[in-house]
Amino acid sequence: MDIVTIVQILDSTLRLATPLLFACLAGIISERAGIFDIGLEGKLLIAAFFSAAYAHYSGSAWIGLGAGVLASVVFSLFHGIASITFRGNQLISGVAINFLASGMTVVIAQSWFRQGGRTPSLTGDQRFPSLDLPGAEAVQGVPVIGQIYGEILTDHGILVYVGLLCVPLTWYVLYRTRFGLRLRAVGENPAAVDTAGVSVVRMRYAAIVIAGVLCGIGGAYLSTSLAAGFVREMSAGRGFIALAAMIFAKWRPWQGLGAVLLFGMLEAIANRFPNLDLGFITLPSQFMTALPYILTVIILAGFVGKAIPPRAGGEPYVKER
Amino acid sequence: MSSKRMPKWADVLLVPILSLIIAFALSALVILAIGEDPVRAMRLMITGALGSTYGWGYTLYFTTNFLLTGLGVSIAFQARLFNIGGEGQALIGGLGVALVCLFIPWPHWSLAIIAAIAASAIFGAVWAAIPAYLQAKRGSHIVITTIMFNFIAFSLMNYMLSHVLRPPTSMDPATARFDNVLRLPRLHDILAPMGIDFSRAGPANVMLFVALLACVLAYFLMWRTRLGFEIRAFGKSEPAAHYAGISGVKIIMVAMLISGALSGMMAVNSVMGGPQRLVMNAVEGAGFIGIAVALMGRSHPIGIIAPALLFGFLFQGGSELALETTIPREMIIIIQALVIMFTGALDNMVRTPLETLFALMRRRT
Repeated sequence: MDIVTIVQILDSTLRLATPLLFACLAGIISERAGIFDIGLEGKLLIAAFFSAAYAHYSGSAWIGLGAGVLASVVFSLFHGIASITFRGNQLISGVAINFLASGMTVVIAQSWFRQGGRTPSLTGDQRFPSLDLPGAEAVQGVPVIGQIYGEILTDHGILVYVGLLCVPLTWYVLYRTRFGLRLRAVGENPAAVDTAGVSVVRMRYAAIVIAGVLCGIGGAYLSTSLAAGFVREMSAGRGFIALAAMIFAKWRPWQGLGAVLLFGMLEAIANRFPNLDLGFITLPSQFMTALPYILTVIILAGFVGKAIPPRAGGEPYVKER
Repeated sequence: MSSKRMPKWADVLLVPILSLIIAFALSALVILAIGEDPVRAMRLMITGALGSTYGWGYTLYFTTNFLLTGLGVSIAFQARLFNIGGEGQALIGGLGVALVCLFIPWPHWSLAIIAAIAASAIFGAVWAAIPAYLQAKRGSHIVITTIMFNFIAFSLMNYMLSHVLRPPTSMDPATARFDNVLRLPRLHDILAPMGIDFSRAGPANVMLFVALLACVLAYFLMWRTRLGFEIRAFGKSEPAAHYAGISGVKIIMVAMLISGALSGMMAVNSVMGGPQRLVMNAVEGAGFIGIAVALMGRSHPIGIIAPALLFGFLFQGGSELALETTIPREMIIIIQALVIMFTGALDNMVRTPLETLFALMRRRT
């Protein structure tokens, strides 16, 4: 493998890790507040569809982004109503949200566009343009820095950089603000937060709305930046891989970035080498497709350190009377 | 306990039916929103699924699938395990069926079906065993591991069908057709000697009776045996079960093995009973529909029969709908999602007002 191939793989690693990153951060925020969210997948999907559809109608990727975020937040609120207000089972609610997105995207896409559950291809301003980082061209000749800054980091859609900025932002909010402290406390010991006079319900709703916004951006990135339009089931299990990355990172944002880069790289390698020849054995493409999921199971099995979720995760809070 | 505040019939019948009505009403709104007529859609679905023995042949064929996957999810639910992996377990079960049917020259279908049921159950159970073991021993969340195993199963089947089991002359990622001896008797063949004329085309077959029998057996297992009691006790309260000397590891393993075996058995119907060869998407989401069926049936082996029939009707009616209108087949996934939402997660939304109502009525009398 030569240096050009490696640079190409790292370049597409960053692209492919971005939707995972948004979903992973969404999962971190939501689960830190004590709300399990296996509906990340569905939110990515519904946001991807509405972004592509409205980018197509309006001609602007930004309006598409707005529509995608809105759709994702609406789905988050469904989850909130079921699991916070009515104290239902958060896992079942998440499963329902995934199916709802899977069915609705195809039904609505077929009704609007009649292209078998797709949106028309997006062109020009309907997609997010690539952004050249300042001075990227100037450093291109320089070894190492030239490759990292001038080739890998530059020339991505703006949402890639938004995603990277969300990592320190999430970290700051979670660990350096009063809101973040309360949010984490709600996920560990909601009764204590309640005693301190902070509304558990309001904190949890705030968390899932933030998660909805993040998933919405991730979904919009899928259909209006990474790809040029929506195709059915285009989230392709990314919401679940993000969930795995979140567990791998033990619910911490910086480690989350590391985890999604790892999973993104796996996907990039699988795309670049559909049949990976390791000399003694040729791995079929189906193995490469399954690898992130296999890896997730290995991680979940606790062979790479034990992951302990927030203590109050998954349990509805019942105020003492 | 909620059952004390409400009579049992309300808990078992009224709550699911009300949830179902809400789910249907919302689905009707979706149909209206995409510019179709929900009343006409319903009429088309009823004639398409129930208006002829042809329709019934398909409705009952799908019902068979959902009975087995629903039963699988139910048994796991009873132990408070959420097995989302029914889809993957059924896919792998299909592999077992195909291997048995392709490589052993059976003299008669009756022998083959026994072997196919055994093989599919073993394959399905093995696929469930790994997530179960990881949950029992290492505390990995079973919901996430079973989801991952669905994806792994898809890839594995893709590989097996496109590289290993595909006949060299064929381009299609599917196995060769099974020998005609292995054709399972369909309702037409069973009912004709009794003088009842049933459509020859409908694929509903003897597996329907096997599935119903499985429901009855599961009922006896869960409510009439020690193991069933232990599973339910574990599901109600893990610490109490532990205190009573019930091994958590054993219950998790056994419940998941039974659950996986039942989901796997579904493939006998959809592979041997339907197309008589293993195709790429042999399960068609039945593993997921099993979740909705189990939730509606309150995870009761007999209770799931009606919801399985309902989804059989929706599935067949939905494909008729796709032919006659612009409503795609995926409409059924929306209905399925809404049923899961309202009978599963939003249960309290329907239940609480009803409980208040019953309390008011009681006070008055």
